[in-house]
Amino acid sequence: MGVRSSTWARVSISSSRAISKVLGIETEYGIAGGPDRDPITSSSVIVNAYAQQGRTRINWDFDGETPDMDARGRVDLTSFAPVVETHLANTVLTNGARLYVDHAHPEYSSPECRTPLEATLYDVAGEEIMRRALGIANDALDPHHAITLYKNNSDGKGNSYGTHENYLVRRDVEFGHLVRAMVPHFVSRQVVVGAGKVGAETESALEHAPEFQLSQRAEFFEEVVGLETTLKRPIINTRDEPHADAERFRRLHVIIGDANMSQVATFVKVGSTSLLLAVLEELGTDVFPAMPRAPVHAVRAFSLDVTLRESVPCEDERTRSAWDFQDELWTLAASYVERTGASAVGDEAEVALVLTQWREMLDGVRDDHDAVADRVDWVAKWRVVKGYQARYDLTSNDARLRAIDLQYHDLRPSHSLAQRVGLRSLCDESAVREAVHNPPRSTRAYFRGQCVARYPDEIVAANWDSVVFDLGEGPLQRVPMLDPLRGTHALTAELLETSATASELLDALDR
Amino acid sequence: MSEQERIQKQRSERASDTAEDVSVDASKGDQLKADLDDLLDEIDEVLEENAEEFVRNYVQKGGE
Repeated sequence: MGVRSSTWARVSISSSRAISKVLGIETEYGIAGGPDRDPITSSSVIVNAYAQQGRTRINWDFDGETPDMDARGRVDLTSFAPVVETHLANTVLTNGARLYVDHAHPEYSSPECRTPLEATLYDVAGEEIMRRALGIANDALDPHHAITLYKNNSDGKGNSYGTHENYLVRRDVEFGHLVRAMVPHFVSRQVVVGAGKVGAETESALEHAPEFQLSQRAEFFEEVVGLETTLKRPIINTRDEPHADAERFRRLHVIIGDANMSQVATFVKVGSTSLLLAVLEELGTDVFPAMPRAPVHAVRAFSLDVTLRESVPCEDERTRSAWDFQDELWTLAASYVERTGASAVGDEAEVALVLTQWREMLDGVRDDHDAVADRVDWVAKWRVVKGYQARYDLTSNDARLRAIDLQYHDLRPSHSLAQRVGLRSLCDESAVREAVHNPPRSTRAYFRGQCVARYPDEIVAANWDSVVFDLGEGPLQRVPMLDPLRGTHALTAELLETSATASELLDALDR
Repeated sequence: MSEQERIQKQRSERASDTAEDVSVDASKGDQLKADLDDLLDEIDEVLEENAEEFVRNYVQKGGE
């Protein structure tokens, strides 16, 4: 079956405009407890609990998964390509997301979203889905075997798991330019969007014996560019698997980020990154601040310094602190917004909100922590850790401080500290409830989620860029969705409304 | 109003503005501190009882 031209027509890309920053966030949750305390079993229990309460279980389709494709056009023989596990629980939800077991963690991969605010909403919906899955699973388990989930990135003992962001980028942006433009942001954005960590856990960070770090993840990064995600983690990951028309699109897979409990932090993390990618597409690399000479040293040193004074030498002979980098990057993004409107990222009001929140958080972390303790995760966490330490006169390596760190990320309302510290929310509760079940209208996730909701018995599998139908007779039929901006509500709602069955839908698509 | 009176009035206005700013900031500080005390009380109620064991037992396999 070929690409159906009427619904999935190509849209040509003009040469110097930023393309829509379609984006999404994947989160591996920390997991504890369970019947035999095996994290793979417990993760399967979580995913299956949620999948089986729905009307159906639709499998993930692995056809087309090529995580070992390297954006540099070659595969480094010393690197270990990610392994695709096909035997573990793996399902597609009606909101267009993927919920599955990745290694030894339950993972929620949000549907493709069109703006930073939408991506934040679907990240928060993912938390709610995990919370519901946890409730269903624990209802069926002996209380002694109850499972707990944590939206964090490390266990404090040297084991880290990821929160990855994905952004649609024009294929004609050279990979080297992505590295040049984005490394300054990826090493420094932790000053506003780091999730904070008590202590350290890798050899090089332990040498500094920090009481507190800005980032959960920073100390795990060992390379500037690479394909790995679990060993020798790189600041820029080269996975070249666009899940879309590879002649037109790249997907920048960002592995250097913390899981945020603060919705505003999530919003600023993806909003600032989207804006800077649009700047790169339209203005090239010259407008970006110089690269730090030693990016890996920079990302670690910045994380270890809560005073934000640490500066590193850069390629232009200047030195910059993480704050300096962010200040320059904010100014660059603000002038881009002023000149162009940045409609590739979002509408005027949303882009303005990214800039004002980013600015306030940046000024707050330097001048007034109390002003941003309701938005910056590391500031919120550190305030509580310091307060608790002072109240009971504890040493900095007291287990209670590490327990506070862990429990900040606990998903259970009865235990969550993030829910108690007074974080501002950005997403309306009713919008989150909607997003648990319904896909965003703005991308192909709409078509995927709607098909799963409407024709569950006729769909055998789905993945990011196709849905596979089995009508009971004849061969399986794959509907490809190679453009993330097609398959939207505007383009397919009428078709879906008027197709009572999957067979009618496929007939209509063929016309 | 004489020139001197005007200056005095301006001064006193400025002084009271400053005083007000300071008092606003101070009350914000008290408020935050009171909030933090309440928050720490609440954390005492929900923090895992055996923190040592809780932290020790939280071991994850790497992911990604």
